[in-house]
Amino acid sequence: MSLNFVLIEAWNGLRRNVSMVVSVILVTLVSLTFVGSAVLLQLQVQSMKSFWYDKAQVAVYLCTEYSTLGQCDQAEASAEQIAAVEAQLKSTTLTPYIDKYYFENHDEAYTNFTEQFKGSGVVDLVTPDLLPQTFWVNLNDPTQSAIIFEAVGGMSGVESVVDQRSYLDGIFSMLNAASLTAVGVAALMLIAAALLIATTIRLSAFSRRRELAIMRLVGASNWFIQTPFILEGVVAATVGSLLACGAIAVIVVFFVDGFLQASLPTTAFIQLSDSWIVFPILLGLGAILAAGSAYVAISRYLRV
Amino acid sequence: MIRFDGVSKVYRSGNRPALHDATLEVKPGEFVFLVGASGSGKSSFLRLILREERASSGQIHVLGQDLGRLSNRKVPHYRRNLGVVFQDFRLLPTKTVFDNVAFALRVLGKSEAFIHDAVPEVLGLVGLGNKENRLPHELSGGEQQRVAIARAVVNKPAVLLADEPTGNLDPATSNGIMDVLRNINAAGTTVLMATHDTAIVNQMQKRVIELSEGHIIRDEASGSYQTKAHAIITEDFEPTRADSQPILVEPLDFDPIPDFDPMAPSSEAIDLSYLDRMKDEDPL
Repeated sequence: MSLNFVLIEAWNGLRRNVSMVVSVILVTLVSLTFVGSAVLLQLQVQSMKSFWYDKAQVAVYLCTEYSTLGQCDQAEASAEQIAAVEAQLKSTTLTPYIDKYYFENHDEAYTNFTEQFKGSGVVDLVTPDLLPQTFWVNLNDPTQSAIIFEAVGGMSGVESVVDQRSYLDGIFSMLNAASLTAVGVAALMLIAAALLIATTIRLSAFSRRRELAIMRLVGASNWFIQTPFILEGVVAATVGSLLACGAIAVIVVFFVDGFLQASLPTTAFIQLSDSWIVFPILLGLGAILAAGSAYVAISRYLRV
Repeated sequence: MIRFDGVSKVYRSGNRPALHDATLEVKPGEFVFLVGASGSGKSSFLRLILREERASSGQIHVLGQDLGRLSNRKVPHYRRNLGVVFQDFRLLPTKTVFDNVAFALRVLGKSEAFIHDAVPEVLGLVGLGNKENRLPHELSGGEQQRVAIARAVVNKPAVLLADEPTGNLDPATSNGIMDVLRNINAAGTTVLMATHDTAIVNQMQKRVIELSEGHIIRDEASGSYQTKAHAIITEDFEPTRADSQPILVEPLDFDPIPDFDPMAPSSEAIDLSYLDRMKDEDPL
């Protein structure tokens, strides 16, 4: 009975304040869509990291007769030099850090290169002797590439040591910046949403001020007075959150899996099944935000 | 039942105490008039009992509760023991007579079965048994005040506070209201009524507490009340006043979103009057 009364009051509040409720829904929709996008970007970064970092290797490029960098002097690395580098990789100081390594000679490098750049004109310009012989090293902990740099970077016959992760870091820092931007925009929008909800609830309380005054006089408990208003805010925000969830689903299905996946087929993009986690976050955030700001707004009216 | 021990009330912005060192006791079942000019402290007195305000010093005990120690959280529960009636009725304009009275029970979570027993009973008590489905604007002032009284006593409070309940009513209607209050008192409810109306006080012959500038200057068991203002009105204005309707003056200053400040020095009575200055629609 009493619950019924609370629900009817909340419904009446929503009905009387339609314009404000619609604006609450829209602002919540936009802000939570930004929050959701930020979470999606982070998920994408995580999935790319785990996908690529495991595959990322440290390349120890050896000298060719054309290279002038490192310890090279336009001379092909000699068999002794190669053996020395390999001995270093096998040494007891490095083995704890190295998962595995393998050697790639000119011909294998050429085969891989033509495979990788198939159809590109650059293949015709490259001959096997241009491509360096390489030790490909897989580390147990991919972040510890500095050890390889130190151990073999200065040896004669080594042109350069390259951690492939450094190529990825550029991409990831770009994605991180994008997700930080989304978080920043979301934070501003969330502040606007909170203030708007508070204003809406105050208006709603204002249109029911006679009832409120009488409730206070006859001794209705505070929760009884507050609950309809908090429900009102939560309902409006939840509608906004649900729309935001819909917007996120649309973005994932049509933009990420549709457009991006088609234009970049080799990259693994997040699927809708990975992004379920976003929906409870959005719904929870919307509800907490609305309940909090509605509570603060209505408490002003209940000071005894 | 109600005990004041050296109670003073100073409002934050006021230079003069609204109530000064008031000590008195009201016993269960008494009918007490609070009289005095505007600003004499009658309203502060009622606000203190309602716990709209806390005393600046001194102790107030109502129904065994020390109001100085009553936490804000417990105030709603405490107020269920009190009924309140105002000069301006404070009915909900969109609800019928029945629903206005039932509202007080619904917000306390009472069952519909109980409401359908209690409301007709109390409406009968105030003489409105046949007007359950009317809206407030279809009723006369006296009938509206009866609805307000019904709402105040439907929960069977131990104490009824009435702040100038006859202030907007003509003398004949006022007498009807006083009959209702007398019946309620006779049924055991303690009644505390603030009023300017000398005729009513003199006719009822009940206890009178007179306030002047915050001091209790008189407390008589079955007293009367005379004022200079009353003399002037009787001499000069009585003939025209008797047949004219009271005029309600709407203040012109309009504060669209008022800060409810019960400490404001201009506060009259239990001042929720800012609520009534506003229009009722969605502003958009």
